[in-house]
Amino acid sequence: MSQPSLLSEIKDKHHVFSFMQSQASPVLNVDKQILLYLEGLSVSFDGFKAINDLNLYIRDGELRCIIGPNGAGKTTMMDIITGKTKPDTGSAWFGQTINLLELDEPAIAQAGIGRKFQKPTVFESLSVYDNLVLAMPDERLVFSLLFARLKGEQRDRIDEVMTLIGLQDHSAMRAGSLSHGQKQWLEIGMLLMQKPRLLLVDEPVAGMTHQEMDRTAELLVSLSGSHSVVVVEHDMDFVRQLAGKERTVTVLHQGSVLAEGSMDQVQNNQKVIEVYLGESQ
Amino acid sequence: MLLWNLIKQDRGGQILLALLALAIIIVPILNGLPSDHPLHIPTYMVAVMGKYLTLALLALSVDLVWGYLGILTLGHGAFFALGGYVMGMYLMRQIGDRGVYGHPELPDFMVFLNWDSLPWYWQGLDQFWFAAILIVLVPGLLAFIFGALAFRSRVSGVYLSIITQALTFALMLAFFRNEMGFGGNNGLTDFKDLLGFNLQARETRVGLFIASAIALALGYLLCRSVTQSRLGKVCVAVRDAESRSRFMGYRVENVKLWVFTLSAMIAGVAGALYVPQVGIINPNEFSPLNSIEIVVWVAVGGRATLYGAVAGAIFINYAKTWFTTELPDVWLFALGAIFILVTVLMPKGIVGLLRRKEGNA
Repeated sequence: MSQPSLLSEIKDKHHVFSFMQSQASPVLNVDKQILLYLEGLSVSFDGFKAINDLNLYIRDGELRCIIGPNGAGKTTMMDIITGKTKPDTGSAWFGQTINLLELDEPAIAQAGIGRKFQKPTVFESLSVYDNLVLAMPDERLVFSLLFARLKGEQRDRIDEVMTLIGLQDHSAMRAGSLSHGQKQWLEIGMLLMQKPRLLLVDEPVAGMTHQEMDRTAELLVSLSGSHSVVVVEHDMDFVRQLAGKERTVTVLHQGSVLAEGSMDQVQNNQKVIEVYLGESQ
Repeated sequence: MLLWNLIKQDRGGQILLALLALAIIIVPILNGLPSDHPLHIPTYMVAVMGKYLTLALLALSVDLVWGYLGILTLGHGAFFALGGYVMGMYLMRQIGDRGVYGHPELPDFMVFLNWDSLPWYWQGLDQFWFAAILIVLVPGLLAFIFGALAFRSRVSGVYLSIITQALTFALMLAFFRNEMGFGGNNGLTDFKDLLGFNLQARETRVGLFIASAIALALGYLLCRSVTQSRLGKVCVAVRDAESRSRFMGYRVENVKLWVFTLSAMIAGVAGALYVPQVGIINPNEFSPLNSIEIVVWVAVGGRATLYGAVAGAIFINYAKTWFTTELPDVWLFALGAIFILVTVLMPKGIVGLLRRKEGNA
């Protein structure tokens, strides 16, 4: 918030300050079966175009894998969707009614977009249980947080998620002392608690064993349908496992979509092969 | 019942509250003994101990924002001093015509400056209830405005620490000016009585000691109830992974703003109890060094435990009193040495040592 606009806010006697306004955003509308619209997005950092005229549509309930070499703009795209970065041009809509570019990170999270980071980020000095409690979407206002108590069904939900992510025996453990893989699971569990409509998952299987990868794939597939899931991943085996025969895979390159289609189509696409294998024509 | 739940699993808190209760009973009795009795506590010692308790309350307020929320505030002395100044103004108004110049309404320094009437901001402060409201309101309001600007523009880390230093430094310079109407560099002093009780009287000193002990106990319970609530968990979450909590939908700036404001209010109460026990408030209380010293108390006691801040504040201030009477030249070196030793050998402070013995560090 720049100073001049703050001054004009104060001078206007009818102005309702943003901290007094309720944060409720318009109701999500997915009549057209599309949950996320990214159109003509561009953003550059110091002249480097991280995202260049990116167009991407995610259907409601879809599981979409996004692959691309390093620097393709995958993380920047997630930053834009979650409000961390504002694009120079273009538009980003969540359903037909919610303009993501007008909202900040907490508002976007409350609207129903959850994000899992590449590096597992859990609240290290809190217990596993408390990490899940905080992820619950119910209480976000300072004063209701002060008096918040867990209800029966919320406890059941936490227990359910804790069993699902295999941490039921570690509920009192500090999240910081979990193993790398367990932290990944805890973070996925936190996303589940948050009950987002759209899940953005950045490299979920980094540091996981093959067994754990299979379980993660199973979980993500089971989530699609009721949620839309966007997975950014480097591990091709994992992407193949997730995408199966019919799901769409998007290849990003230099900030825009290079190819889109089933895994087989994408793998046989000449441009994709060039980018990945560095073959010259 | 509710209170017991708050400290059920808090050994340190239980010990602290028990010690405070004990002090409230024992100190008046020992002070009442004849002065040649070996267990007699002289009245000046009661006032010194009362002063420690108010400083402990100040340390508590810093631990709330630094220990739990990760805001390294280097300007909390400002809120303490503001609370102290409000109390000082009330005490000045109580002097009435007993000042050196015998003016019925104006404090001595205003007569000296040839002022003919009270400035508007001195109005109403002859009423204790009004002063009591301002003691929490003035520091709270300053913290709110400061926090709204700083936290909304996402100033954090070392930059925020520097701004808090600037805040207290600016206030110190302002309060040094005679035109401000707060007594300039002499500050406010020569207090006579509080709520009709003579401040020099033994009973008043003991009463202030008891009030400080109760304020510290209530302050502890208040901070504990915040840190044990889900809000307290969110604070720790913000401290450890600020952007993660944003992506989870928490308005980090509001959490910081309200907890910071609450902490400033507690610091204001501490300042208000401090002033009648030391008998003076002057702009040196705003000095940036004071604020840094508070952080040292908390670090020495042990961060993010609340009772550690109390222990640290009392320990360091006792050491300060001892050194400045026995070895005055050594004090600053000793303080530096304590700080270095604690940071190197006991990163979790004094209470970290005790906890390790218990085996649940």
